[in-house]
Amino acid sequence: MPETKEHSSAAEEELERWQKETLGPSLTKHQERKKSFQTVSLEEVGRLYTPADTEDLEFSTDISFPGEFPYTRGIHPTGYRGKLWTMRQFAGFSTPEETNARFKYLLQQGQTGLSVAYDLPTLMGYDADSPLSEGEVGKCGVAVSSLADMEVLFDGIPLEQVTVSQTINAPASVLLAMYLVVAEKQGASWDKISGTLQNDILKEYIAQKEWIYPIKPAMKLVVDTFEFCTDRVPRYNPVSVSGYHIREAGATAAQELAFTLRDGLEYVAWGVEAGLDIDRFVPRMSFFFNAHNDFFEEIAKYRAARRIWSREMQRRFGSTNPRTLQLRFHTQTAGVSLTVQQPLNNIVRVAIQALAGVLGGTQSLHTDAYDEALALPTDRAALIALRTQQIIAEETGVANTIDPLGGSYYLESLTQKMETETLEYFRKIDSMGGMVPAIEKGFPQREIQDSAYQYQKAVERGDQIIVGVNKYTMTDERAEVPILVIDESVRTHQVERLESTRSTRDNGAVEIALEKLKQAAKNSDNTMPATIDAVRAYATLGEICAALRDVYGIYEEPAF
Amino acid sequence: MSSRKIRVLVAKPGLDGHDRGAKVIARALRDAGMEVIYTGLRQTPEMIAAAALQEDVDAVGVSILSGAHNTLCPRIVQLLREKGMKDCLVLLGGIVPQEDLARLKEQGVAEIFLPGTSTEDIVKFLRENVKPRD
Repeated sequence: MPETKEHSSAAEEELERWQKETLGPSLTKHQERKKSFQTVSLEEVGRLYTPADTEDLEFSTDISFPGEFPYTRGIHPTGYRGKLWTMRQFAGFSTPEETNARFKYLLQQGQTGLSVAYDLPTLMGYDADSPLSEGEVGKCGVAVSSLADMEVLFDGIPLEQVTVSQTINAPASVLLAMYLVVAEKQGASWDKISGTLQNDILKEYIAQKEWIYPIKPAMKLVVDTFEFCTDRVPRYNPVSVSGYHIREAGATAAQELAFTLRDGLEYVAWGVEAGLDIDRFVPRMSFFFNAHNDFFEEIAKYRAARRIWSREMQRRFGSTNPRTLQLRFHTQTAGVSLTVQQPLNNIVRVAIQALAGVLGGTQSLHTDAYDEALALPTDRAALIALRTQQIIAEETGVANTIDPLGGSYYLESLTQKMETETLEYFRKIDSMGGMVPAIEKGFPQREIQDSAYQYQKAVERGDQIIVGVNKYTMTDERAEVPILVIDESVRTHQVERLESTRSTRDNGAVEIALEKLKQAAKNSDNTMPATIDAVRAYATLGEICAALRDVYGIYEEPAF
Repeated sequence: MSSRKIRVLVAKPGLDGHDRGAKVIARALRDAGMEVIYTGLRQTPEMIAAAALQEDVDAVGVSILSGAHNTLCPRIVQLLREKGMKDCLVLLGGIVPQEDLARLKEQGVAEIFLPGTSTEDIVKFLRENVKPRD
């Protein structure tokens, strides 16, 4: 039990002595550089952290050992000494042929997992030939409209050996179905394949905003994938609960942590409600966090994430299964921190952010390419991003020992502060009835918008420095790097394949499959089997999403 | 002296949902005393031009980060001109390669603001370039 604070502890008395004897005289001679020091989340940082700041923490219950509850120091007893993190570079652009070539190149260069970026029409469930897709095909990712595209995308890539992460949300169940059918055609067993589907629809309504259906049917689709994968694709991770986009939309580190973990708890609650066994589906849930500029704040965030998750899974759901309590996560460096100005500086930013992810114990990592504030990465930029991880892994020595910063007065105190702020948000969201009602009220959306605006103001006041943007600027600077240009011929190519698919498939079979999918959706049956059958018949993504829209309707964002 | 406040339509065309920039700009313009209407996401050029006419705005601020600017911006300008809104400024903010800047301006985009632009510069541009009305 913490003592009541009537008497100062020995540590506090020592601190006071230092302040009086050593600090005080120094401050009278030399003032500090600034009146206040803040993190990138605009949180105040103290001058010095000492044992007085960690007195409330108990080593055995709060910090503990790696691989043991509450997992503050990591989920693996050997840290990175056993296995390094997976180097998983997010890639996708233009046609499936071009992205397939980039995947093979990255694997040749020592990358250990794949991660697919889809273009905006795919993310929104439209085919390449939809009028709404004009100007967007292959621009922000690879264009996939049907199984025929997916077959090209993974041509020559053995899905039983390579794990693939797919960044897809509103139409995630359809892309999962395509992936499974391609695996089947390769002769890969669904029992053996692994990978991750982002499939985090809650953060779409909160931050990324690529939604199709209203929230509740969209949550039902997510639960369908949980149920299907638990039974049929047991090594697959059907959701990656994502703070990345929440942070990119302007959230602070604590908001990213709080909203993401609360989203995670919401998925668990929906799964339990649907009758799933918590200790079978939760171990396959994974998380995805941002790595922003403030080094210690980020490391504290990852450590706090593990501690909070294990405690909440125990407290709310009564689980004692270690695999249910362990939070596994992917990290990506902060795209929003990259600058157009002096773009090569981004290499340095990315390296430091990636280091934070590693010191926080990430399971996999994507490092951004230096040219990503300008366009999608060129081969050269993508290679340097991968090499950055390899240098951290092989040269710096940070992977030699587990949680090397554990026990730092500052870091432990910051980890605890992250936990306190997160629990405060949990109380607010719980009192609104959970994350779905909170989103319907616009609560997380408003919190994030407000933080984004405060940050912009801090940058414009010069309180937050961005090198090359509001300090150390160059007037005659040129964007001296070559950029990747995606031209409109990509759409023509994709539309041709789509037309050929539509003219060679059995259109009667497609209609029957789509009708069965609608029936499954109307009856609240699991939609995955019917989705897989529709994909096998070469129904397109646009056709499948249109069928589900007929049943579920569409989401309209309220104004706030 | 005109007492009419500058009216701006902040618009987000295309399929992209990244609205952080659009919302920060909308709030900064409001804080600078302008009247701001935000269209919400995924508006077609036709919807944007119709809203601009209906709201009788002085400027349309378009936010595009997806690379679709070459398709969307010229169409918005053209539709506004067809509706007789000759003086309505079209501003573009987002990720736009250097090579595209000159062509977009030739096509009638009044100014393009790239990442790192201060909101104060955008306020200043609007104050200096919006045609005064009675």
